Amino acid sequence: MSTPLLSIEGVSAFYGNIQALKGVSLEVNRGEIVTLIGANGAGKSTLMMTVFGNPRAREGRILFEDKPITDLSTHAIARLRIAQSPEGRRIFQRMTVLENLQMGAAVDGSVNFDEDLDRVTRLFPRLKERLSQRGGTLSGGEQQMLAIARALMSRPKLLMLDEPSLGLAPLIVKQIFATLAELNAQGMTIFLVEQNAFHALKLAHRAYVMVNGVITMSGPSRDLLARPEIRQAYLEGGRH
Amino acid sequence: MDYFLQQLINGLTLGSIYGLIAIGYTMVYGIIGMVNFAHGDVFMLAAFIALILFLALTQLLGVGSLGLALLIVLVLGMALTSLWGWVIERLAYRPLRGSFRLAPLISAIGMSIFLSNFVQLVQGPRNKSLEPILSNVLVIPVGSGSITLAEKQLLIMVVTAVLLAVLWYVVRHTPLGRAQRACEQDRKMASLLGVDVDRTVSLTFIMGAALASVAGLLWMTYYGVVSFSDGFVPGVKAFTAAVLGGIGSLPGAVLGGLLIGLIETFWSAYFTIDYKDVAAFSILAIVLIFLPSGLLGRPDVEKV
Repeated sequence: MSTPLLSIEGVSAFYGNIQALKGVSLEVNRGEIVTLIGANGAGKSTLMMTVFGNPRAREGRILFEDKPITDLSTHAIARLRIAQSPEGRRIFQRMTVLENLQMGAAVDGSVNFDEDLDRVTRLFPRLKERLSQRGGTLSGGEQQMLAIARALMSRPKLLMLDEPSLGLAPLIVKQIFATLAELNAQGMTIFLVEQNAFHALKLAHRAYVMVNGVITMSGPSRDLLARPEIRQAYLEGGRH
Repeated sequence: MDYFLQQLINGLTLGSIYGLIAIGYTMVYGIIGMVNFAHGDVFMLAAFIALILFLALTQLLGVGSLGLALLIVLVLGMALTSLWGWVIERLAYRPLRGSFRLAPLISAIGMSIFLSNFVQLVQGPRNKSLEPILSNVLVIPVGSGSITLAEKQLLIMVVTAVLLAVLWYVVRHTPLGRAQRACEQDRKMASLLGVDVDRTVSLTFIMGAALASVAGLLWMTYYGVVSFSDGFVPGVKAFTAAVLGGIGSLPGAVLGGLLIGLIETFWSAYFTIDYKDVAAFSILAIVLIFLPSGLLGRPDVEKV
């Protein structure tokens, strides 16, 4: 068995005195799409940020390519080519789309900028028309595309996405998930946090379920999708 | 008419200096949301550094050419003042980042008091003066009268314009400037993209101090006299300029600086010199009543 790309081992994290993560262990292997599903407030986004050392893991450790990154600063972790499209997208509102993408490429000193720009605008043709527009003027779906495109500009080894489907029309969600599948087919490793469990489980190879800061279930997505307790808890009402 | 134009030139000269100082306030505020009250004293310190370097070069080392001496003072002064700016940030502000909002502000006031007292102790409390330099004037005939433009006024306006152009280019078109703007908008996201936020903040302090250093040199050249207490009033005026223009906005700082310089000069010219500061600060109060975020500032509300 190959060693995982990202490995989270018994990690606990706190916001002040509130414990948000309680001994979470999770692995993402090269070439995989792994999804973490769970209700609002379960600690999914906290886990994403804890990988980046903000908040820092108080217990446990995090390894990337077999090297511990638990104590590195956030920017140093990003420079290892872990890219994140975070909760709320966090587009730079007063910068143009092009500048947002340039920020994404800042990690590697923009050496492959033109080539990468070409690549991501082929993935999201909508962005190409909007390059000189300010980030804040984009629609929600376009902002999500920009957040993913910005993350891709650093040529990441691991792409982490926090709720890319949040607040978007079903058609756009479909488009974005199709793009993720395409990226994965080209070899991208993806760690996806989602509330939209149905789409996420359909897309991912493996999945984890988080409840109140604890991983309660894990396994191949197909198996989880078939389990009645999952269907009941996260897929009720059918396809969201 | 010629009197008006003359005052306009005087006002623009003074306003240029305020503008250069104001940029330091506005950039630091933009990136970490803190008013660096020690900035005025960094400017004062820079004026002293310029004075000492200038005297050392012309008297001790016998540099004959005035232009060369000023150029060396400019470059060396920028380097030394930047170092001060960097050290101040490291010692007084960085350890307090993430602490409650007032802490760095109090630390800044402490740093301001420290700097002026430090200069008072090592340089003495008396005004330090310099023989007038660059005082040749160009006489430009206007209608029936004429206006005069001193070489040093021209120097101040040209240097300011060049520096602003360079600064504009750096902030708009270089990776550093982009990182600064990114940190200004969302520090957390910037760090997720690999931007070293602490380093970017340091560089912002360094840039602000470098501009204050030029302002100090120009001030020293213009007035020919500096005192340890010179950080306060010009500092407060430049801060006022930054607020007037809209704190956080670079063009705003320049516009505010020019306006404060002009208001002060015209008030002194047409009314009474005693109330020039009252006039400048009153305009600020009036503008803030109608435009709370300043002339070019943007309102805090943002589309999410």
